[in-house]
Amino acid sequence: MTTHPPTMTKSTAMEGPKTKPISTTRILLYVFIIGFTLVYMAPFFGAIITSLRTQDDITLNGFWSIPTAITFENYPRAWEQGNVNRYLLNSFIITIPALIGTIFLSSLSAFALARYKFPGNQLIYFIYVAGTMLPFQILILPIFLLSNATGLYNTYWSLIVTHVAFQMGFCTFVLRNFMKTLPGEIMDAARIDGASEWGIYWKIVMPLTVPGIAAVATLEFTWIFNDYLWALMLIQDDSLKPVTAGLSTLQGQFITNWPMIVAGALLAALPTLIVFFALQRYFIGGLTLGSGK
Amino acid sequence: MAVTSPPIKTKPKFDFTPYLFLIGPLTLYLVWIIAPMFYSFYLSTTDWDGISPDAKYIGLSNFETLFGSMGKRRTSPFEYALVNNLKWLLTFITIPVAMGLGLAIVLNQNVKGDRFFKMGIFLPQVLSLPVIGLIWAWVYNPRDGFINPLLTSLGLADPPSWLSDKELVIWAVIFAAAWRQIGYIMILYVAGLKNVDIRLLEAAKLDGANAWQSFRHITFPLLAPVTTIVVVISVIDSLRSFDLVWVMTKGGPANASTVLAVLMYIQAFNNYKMGLGAATAVVLFMISLVFIVGYLWRIMKDEMEY
Repeated sequence: MTTHPPTMTKSTAMEGPKTKPISTTRILLYVFIIGFTLVYMAPFFGAIITSLRTQDDITLNGFWSIPTAITFENYPRAWEQGNVNRYLLNSFIITIPALIGTIFLSSLSAFALARYKFPGNQLIYFIYVAGTMLPFQILILPIFLLSNATGLYNTYWSLIVTHVAFQMGFCTFVLRNFMKTLPGEIMDAARIDGASEWGIYWKIVMPLTVPGIAAVATLEFTWIFNDYLWALMLIQDDSLKPVTAGLSTLQGQFITNWPMIVAGALLAALPTLIVFFALQRYFIGGLTLGSGK
Repeated sequence: MAVTSPPIKTKPKFDFTPYLFLIGPLTLYLVWIIAPMFYSFYLSTTDWDGISPDAKYIGLSNFETLFGSMGKRRTSPFEYALVNNLKWLLTFITIPVAMGLGLAIVLNQNVKGDRFFKMGIFLPQVLSLPVIGLIWAWVYNPRDGFINPLLTSLGLADPPSWLSDKELVIWAVIFAAAWRQIGYIMILYVAGLKNVDIRLLEAAKLDGANAWQSFRHITFPLLAPVTTIVVVISVIDSLRSFDLVWVMTKGGPANASTVLAVLMYIQAFNNYKMGLGAATAVVLFMISLVFIVGYLWRIMKDEMEY
């Protein structure tokens, strides 16, 4: 399967004995990978190009024409007239407290489940794990009614509370498995030194869990930030909408102006793209942590 | 805050500490996630309209209404939704899984700059579904889009109008969803391949196994745990589909691209049939249960062995 170690590859007639063997299969492999990646990313690049043109130009000549002019105007217009600035701010106002709440509450559960033997441990763990797989459609109507009844409907809090509750299952699952790998002797030693259980959680286990938290937080940031369904269900006022829900308003507002709509969409994607590129390692780590066990 | 256990004396029989840690998160979880789930079951047996103060118990009538609408000459919205969800599910557990695995294996061949390719293919996964939906709505747009002008210039006289064609629309949406999904699966397989011992493959090669044989008999079986996760994730994601359909087509034209979640939204919030909407959600829940129970059972069995 692999052309892995150089010693294993039989050199072909074309190569000198010293040069690294480059077989035709190897060349075909690169041609395939580069071609595939380019085709794969074409919609994305196409969207970027569209956002730099005018609708008139596209209507007249189609996307596959050479742009008559490049314009950066769509971005500031989507930002201000399209209210993307407000929507993005709302996204952060919702995402950051939700993220902190999720991590904090999950770490409490995870600590209890990973570090104590007690009746109900398995059951509670099961409830959390099972909850992560729930199709959220089954929760939509009741949570809609619940946030109406509690007066949270159409406030940031409805989304914050819902995100914390909904993401807690996955976070608890990952953090609990992470905490389980920490050596128990450290805790025992701290206990003998007179540390309180809270102290063990906050001063010993939490600092050791930072790598796990970093991974899960990066992932959760993206998930919460990218939520659309709950925003649609729980927020009515345009002025409170996060950017995912705001995009549909933008779509309605600039109905046939594709450069504008696409520019708005790309602006909306910027925060998660930045987080992904900056914290790639944690991001991928979180994904594999969550699925590894 | 917590009860400290005295180190000298024997431990107390019943320790409240873990419960103190759990009480906050677990309460929220039970109130905001678990109880609502059961409330949906209750709602599905009523005729509640979402406005009037009381709801009447009507047994399984809502389910009879849903399933009774199937098989008629004119396809009912529920039938469209159910079939579309199944198309989505079957596509998701096959094509993106195979492609993700294939890409992972190809990029695992000591490719120079593999990080760059992986990032490119993973990128759509980072974008929110409304962003994906808008980009693809543009891609499919017959006049200003990406595909049709290309097809026309290649000499195709009358390319399909993807999102307004009743036959094609759901496949067009699923294609966009798969575009987002493949990178995710690829990354999971890339991580899985790191655990495949290279020496096993070398040994197989010495024994004269060809590439396909060592994939078939060594790599693929060793990746079985990853494949299980990938399939479970694909099933869950396909049943959760809502966002893309809502952004790209709102379920149209004439319900041709609706899915159970979209149908539920329309029943409950546009037609004021909360009971029927809840019943639709319960059907969805039951379908996912079929796939999830087996997997959950395995996770918990692993736990019991500790």
